[in-house]
Amino acid sequence: MALEESHVRRAAHLARLAVSDDQATGFVDDLSRILDMVDQLQAIDTEGVSPLAHPLDATQRLRADEVTETNQRDIFQRCAPAVENGLYLVPRVVE
Amino acid sequence: MHDKTLTQLAASLKSGEFSSRELTAHFLQKIEKADSKLNSFITVTGEQALKQAEAADNARAAGETGILTGIPLALKDIFCTRDVKTSCGSRMLDNFIAPYDATVVEKLNAAGTISLGKTNMDEFAMGSSNENSHYGPVKNPWDLTAVPGGSSGGSAAAVAAGLVPAAMGTDTGGSIRQPAAFCGITGLKPTYGRVSRYGMIAYASSLDQAGPMARSAEDCAHLMNVIAGHDVRDSTSVARGVPDYTDTLNAPLSGLKIGLPKEYFGDGLDPDVESAVREAVKVYESLGATVREVSLPHTHYAIPAYYVIAPAEASSNLSRFDGVRFGHRCKDPVDLIDLYKRSRAEGFGEEVKRRILIGTHTLSEGFFDAYYTKAQKVRRLIRQDFLDAFEDVDVLMGPASPTPAFDLGAKKDPVSMYLQDIYTIAVNLAGIPGISVPAGLAGGRPVGLQILGTHFAEAQLLNVAHQYQQATDWHLQLPAFAEEYA
Amino acid sequence: MQWETVIGLEVHVQLATRSKIFSGASTGFGAEANTQACAVDLGLPGTLPVLNEQAVAMAVQFGLAVHSEIAEVSVFDRKNYFYADLPKGYQTSQMYHPIVGPGEVEITLEDGTNKRIRIHHAHLEEDAGKSLHEDFMGMTGIDLNRAGTPLLEIVSEPDMRSAKEAAAYLKAIHSIVTYLGISDGNMAEGSMRCDVNVSVRPKGQEAFGTRAEIKNVNSFRFVERAIAFEVERQIELIEDGGSVVQETRLFDPERDETRSMRTKEEANDYRYFPCPDLLPVVLDEAYLDHLRGQLPELPADKRARFQNELGLSAYDASVLSASREMAEFFEEVHHVCGDAKQAANWVQGELAGALNRENLSITNSPISARQLGELVSRVVDDTINGKAAKQVFQALWNGQGDNADAIIESKGLKQVTDTGAIEAMIDQVIAESPAQVAQYRDAEPDKRGKMIGYFVGQVMKASRGTANPQQVNGVLKAKLDALL
Repeated sequence: MALEESHVRRAAHLARLAVSDDQATGFVDDLSRILDMVDQLQAIDTEGVSPLAHPLDATQRLRADEVTETNQRDIFQRCAPAVENGLYLVPRVVE
Repeated sequence: MHDKTLTQLAASLKSGEFSSRELTAHFLQKIEKADSKLNSFITVTGEQALKQAEAADNARAAGETGILTGIPLALKDIFCTRDVKTSCGSRMLDNFIAPYDATVVEKLNAAGTISLGKTNMDEFAMGSSNENSHYGPVKNPWDLTAVPGGSSGGSAAAVAAGLVPAAMGTDTGGSIRQPAAFCGITGLKPTYGRVSRYGMIAYASSLDQAGPMARSAEDCAHLMNVIAGHDVRDSTSVARGVPDYTDTLNAPLSGLKIGLPKEYFGDGLDPDVESAVREAVKVYESLGATVREVSLPHTHYAIPAYYVIAPAEASSNLSRFDGVRFGHRCKDPVDLIDLYKRSRAEGFGEEVKRRILIGTHTLSEGFFDAYYTKAQKVRRLIRQDFLDAFEDVDVLMGPASPTPAFDLGAKKDPVSMYLQDIYTIAVNLAGIPGISVPAGLAGGRPVGLQILGTHFAEAQLLNVAHQYQQATDWHLQLPAFAEEYA
Repeated sequence: MQWETVIGLEVHVQLATRSKIFSGASTGFGAEANTQACAVDLGLPGTLPVLNEQAVAMAVQFGLAVHSEIAEVSVFDRKNYFYADLPKGYQTSQMYHPIVGPGEVEITLEDGTNKRIRIHHAHLEEDAGKSLHEDFMGMTGIDLNRAGTPLLEIVSEPDMRSAKEAAAYLKAIHSIVTYLGISDGNMAEGSMRCDVNVSVRPKGQEAFGTRAEIKNVNSFRFVERAIAFEVERQIELIEDGGSVVQETRLFDPERDETRSMRTKEEANDYRYFPCPDLLPVVLDEAYLDHLRGQLPELPADKRARFQNELGLSAYDASVLSASREMAEFFEEVHHVCGDAKQAANWVQGELAGALNRENLSITNSPISARQLGELVSRVVDDTINGKAAKQVFQALWNGQGDNADAIIESKGLKQVTDTGAIEAMIDQVIAESPAQVAQYRDAEPDKRGKMIGYFVGQVMKASRGTANPQQVNGVLKAKLDALL
């Protein structure tokens, strides 16, 4: 499956990565080679094989519905780039 | 002190030969003297370490000690540490101080160990050479022009150089075993789910696993006794009893059935690496093991499958680094999209971006089934290869890496770098444990013998590795660098 | 041309767990910003989710209540997109293997007939935080207290054909989740939110028209108004030669219109894949049986029982079973007084009227169900008459007494049924009303019935309202007729 520059640009947008024109060209090269390598997978017959998402066949353990956390806002917000009145600030979002 | 194993140091602390404070000060001095040449640490926490050491000495005086009380260690900078920067090798987290300790760190602290600092790594654990760190590459103490391997390169180099007796690493596709091999130390990747991932910054959640890196299998067994076990904060951690890994170290190996996967001895394997590994296998035969060839037919599909699954998970795991709640934020964003795009473009390095883009692309509409679903099916086949092999043999052996450590800057093309992990990556896809032990030198650079076992066979792997280390002394050899800065 | 409307609803219900779906932070509403957002909710590096058992149980209870198949294995997926109030850059949801499979809900239409609306599936997911657009130095503020609150998203089939049906369906869902106690159903606080898919097609055509999705439709009234507007817009558009675009629209309750959300995001691609931090949720038959055994009586069953066993009218049964609070109140009144019809009359009459006047909900009623039940039982056992009962009700409402008996006692409202006492009062009234007695005597026999009212009034007055009116009537008639 050939990779176009438009694919890279679309992925960069979805992943919210600023990519310059030069960088985009470089990524098209790199990613094309990586995907060529990945395309070897198509050679394997996987008819009837179910996908494996976790290496162990374990099942989800459930947590009791208890409040175990206390307010640590001040500590958590020490590493925040911008806060005001306990809120995280971002550029104005227009709905 | 630098040439002693963690086990020996623990005995000396117990006998009162020296205090933890003396031991800690000794290693801090070594780091101070030597690490400018290696760049194996991102953060050194000397003051805190000395305080911890004093507390350990006091605990010892009060008789409240475990085996590892007062032993200095280092942590890969992927483990969150309360009040100490956790960068994950990235500019994105250059200012990040976690408000909590990772479970592994909590357990090590509770066992009385001392943290000397946080070791260098490939950014977000993505890399096989430690050249992808925001903090610069790490040098291999066996040859400063060589890479230490990655992504736990800082941990491996620091242990090999005698800057610290042991360190914690993480392994997503070989990131403990390959640097352990390149630096001539012992590194264990446990079974997926054996060690908690809580507080360990995720690269690829279904593959990541923490493990010990030290001078010997016995050292690793002591560390496993501390870090292994169920954690209610990690849904993927396994609720299963943890044995005392030191109990079975001396079990005899007569009758041990060793399988040599023929795919691990094919094209691209350095002949010196191959002969070192075959020599090691002979040692096992002399210890009473039997050897046979086995096949893991899907081996060559492990790298392609991994480079779909790992980047897909990474692309999602790394979305939280958005410049809003923590981490790097660009200057003067004009709007939210600009904030995201520039913060992330500035915060992440090239390899991380490459993997985010690959993962985003392969998960996107129209490509998902052909890449992601296909890779997951192949993943099942790869796991089945191992399960089938373990029907016939107890352990598998082969090289940890096709070559010894390569030169810094030697692998510019990402794909040729990826192919380095040909012998380690399938193990993560299958979730089984693997250990790399030093088994000789090739061109003056260490060779690692990789031993693989079935799920939860850590005790067996440590036993098998320990018996080899009782019969040989490759693991005790130190690079000249370590002596130079002794 | 005759048009037919086709509607499907996606209802997001916040589950009433104490802690969040994947963390131990509180779900309480109204706390100070970000004080209930823990490290997991904030998506801090290295943190991991662990699933809340109560969220699972509540989803299953809903599934059982709507006769769904519960998935033996359900899986959490990540829905990847960036938004300021989405901390991890993905929402943990269930795309491919939801916990609740196809089911159905019965709704009652205005003409009293019932209709089945099919549920496509319902899945568990985590709520996002909130963006606050008040001016913070020209910035938007993010509060993540709500992030991680468990949501059950209930997706219907496009089975509704009018705005009224859609509103009835939403009410039915509301009543099921509140009956089950899995949500407080408070739409004003966002505990229940609704997206509406609307399309129109020429009557008789089988293929669906192009649909628009209307977001932010967060009250029963808005559902009707948003659909009404949207249907009209789509029909007008098509009749003018245009065509409906598949898009997301926002309902603006102030202007009573829907408008396109073009600004929000170009084509999304959520890149769903199984969440590697969570394992498959496996539920066995024993677990389902256990929850099945704990299910309360549901609205539809309650309605049927009210009608069939208590003999209420279809209308009364439907009103009294609409909400769990109303039904529980009524049942307590009935339990105390023992007369279903009287209980229904009082709850829907005097009580509903008073609550309405003061804009109170049944849960805030100043009169408790026990108090009302005691009052009604005094009516049922003839201790007081209807008029006195209203006085007692008013006194209870105003807090002038704890229970009906005390008020009856203190106000002397006990009905006089002692024949001797009544006869004495009647004799006195007759003695004091010679003119009226004469009129009565001279009147045509068929007019006399009406004229007796005067004497009854006088006797009741003399008894200060406590005489039993039927008894007074009977005795008076006999005494007056004896004078003829």
